[in-house]
Amino acid sequence: MNALAGNYTTADGRKIGGVMMEMKNITLKFGGVTAISDISFDIHEGEIRAIIGPNGAGKSSMLNVISGFYHPQEGEVWFRGKKRPPMKPYEVARQGVARTFQNIALFDGMSTLDNIMTGRLTHMKAPMWRQALWWGGAEAEEVVNRRQVEKIIDFLEIQHIRKTPVGRLPYGLKKRVELARALAAEPKLLLLDEPMAGMNVEEKEDMSRFILDVNDEFGTTIALIEHDMGVVMDLSDRVVVMDYGRKIGDGTPDEVRKNQDVIDAYLGVEH
Amino acid sequence: MIYRTVGQFKTSYASDQALFPVRQDAFLLGIILLFAWVIFPLTASEFAFQTLLIPILIYALAAMGLNILTGYAGQLSLGTGAFMGVGAYACYKLITIFPWMNPVVAILLSGIFSAGVGVVFGIPSLRIKGFYLAIATLAAQFFLVWLFEKWSWLYNDNASGAIQVPNLDMFGVFVAGPQAASITQYFVVLAIVSLMTVLCINLTRGNQGRIWKATRDMDIAAELIGINLMKSKLTAFAVSSYIIGVSGALFVFMWRGAAEPNLFDIPLSFRVLFIAIIGGLGSIMGNYLGAILIVGLPVVLNIVPEAIGLDIKSATVEHLNIMIVGALIVFFLIIEPHGLAALWRLVREKLILWPFPH
Repeated sequence: MNALAGNYTTADGRKIGGVMMEMKNITLKFGGVTAISDISFDIHEGEIRAIIGPNGAGKSSMLNVISGFYHPQEGEVWFRGKKRPPMKPYEVARQGVARTFQNIALFDGMSTLDNIMTGRLTHMKAPMWRQALWWGGAEAEEVVNRRQVEKIIDFLEIQHIRKTPVGRLPYGLKKRVELARALAAEPKLLLLDEPMAGMNVEEKEDMSRFILDVNDEFGTTIALIEHDMGVVMDLSDRVVVMDYGRKIGDGTPDEVRKNQDVIDAYLGVEH
Repeated sequence: MIYRTVGQFKTSYASDQALFPVRQDAFLLGIILLFAWVIFPLTASEFAFQTLLIPILIYALAAMGLNILTGYAGQLSLGTGAFMGVGAYACYKLITIFPWMNPVVAILLSGIFSAGVGVVFGIPSLRIKGFYLAIATLAAQFFLVWLFEKWSWLYNDNASGAIQVPNLDMFGVFVAGPQAASITQYFVVLAIVSLMTVLCINLTRGNQGRIWKATRDMDIAAELIGINLMKSKLTAFAVSSYIIGVSGALFVFMWRGAAEPNLFDIPLSFRVLFIAIIGGLGSIMGNYLGAILIVGLPVVLNIVPEAIGLDIKSATVEHLNIMIVGALIVFFLIIEPHGLAALWRLVREKLILWPFPH
């Protein structure tokens, strides 16, 4: 498939590029349980792609397949025009895939700044002995990366908690720090697992604004899982709908909203 | 008031990341260094060198090694004593095989052997964590001490089964063995420990430190942001065991003068672990505070009854010692579970804000 195929323009006039990631016939089983069965979909360069579905539909498993945490029994993952061999999660991360977690997974013993700095580690190359001497480029590297991190801190408006241990932060800010850590890696593809779970309306609005800004300013491709339908329909360019490990819908928010299978899955059907 | 940070502005990221963002800290360290390098050597007695200064430095170094592994990388280990033994025996073999070798070089090289052994026994950490890993390192402890006893090549087949430090000189001055002066040994230990401390501080405040801490705090998230957990854990084992090995070599060559295998048995591991825990896991300075407490307290408790004219049998003092040290450990852990270093951080924070509560 041509990497440039499938360019399109969104309703709000943004130009979406070719296919960045393509999932082909993914099947994932845990023993006798089939979490994902035969799902295919693609994510285009620069788009915001949502994955939705009722609880237990296999959305998080799908994200875990993308980030290399689960290895599907069948199917292929294509990333930037190449078939991806089975990889460890850290190798996937080094290819430019960053993510946040459904349950916050920050490093509680570190400050906000250090947490976000860990996001930069794929960009830091100084060998250990140079770091030990704090010399020969180690300090310079630290400063260069700090500058990048400060940009993200400004962007997400968390300057005031820079030196606070993340364990002390309230929930909404933790979510934001987690986003900052993922962004610090300058990912090509950003995976957000329920970025708005447990937030109030105001925090959701903030987070939505950040997601749109990230996509707009850095051109980052975003795949997100979210339960708040209002948010999903407003933010995303295209939506994949899953139910019981199968794909039951795929398309723009409007198309998905009219899809009879999707309505059945969410509202239930009379038998 | 002394700790006022008013007027100390940071104008670059480099200065914000500097070792001492607060000027008073640098001043305080200057005073400590002055004491360590000038005032103590001028004033200390033979007794002070042998029971306080040298052992405190050596134990602090051992605890620092353990702290890298347990406090920073989050891998629990009970094999510290045995790894110290590896360093000591490696140093002994290096000295006897290459008699011309500079003793300081031999000590620094012997850490490499314990680093290798540490990595081998660190491999289980890739699959197991927490208490289960502690048990695996306990296996290292038992196996290595057994090896020190049974493998007579390690102690050059001498009849006693112990290693005896020969007289070793560096540029015409004895630095180890029966003829070495305490003050020389103190300076050698101080130099090596200072160097290691600087390297450890740099390592733990930079990228490698963040990698270790990420591994400790949440390993799954660490892997998903691009940390190779295997590499992170094994480098922690290597660096930690290297430092512990060097401390073990210093332990025998600069302080004890001789060693039997059971010296490196589990009580030593626990002693170092206590120092690291009481000092504060995840802190470099804490190791010194912990070592001062654990090494210094028994000495103080021994001297005090005599000084105030109490007539207590030495056996009673010994028992009292154990009880008081035990009670203090519990006391400190209740007051501040994160150790003396955290206590100091708290005091410092309050001092910076003083006289205002917030």
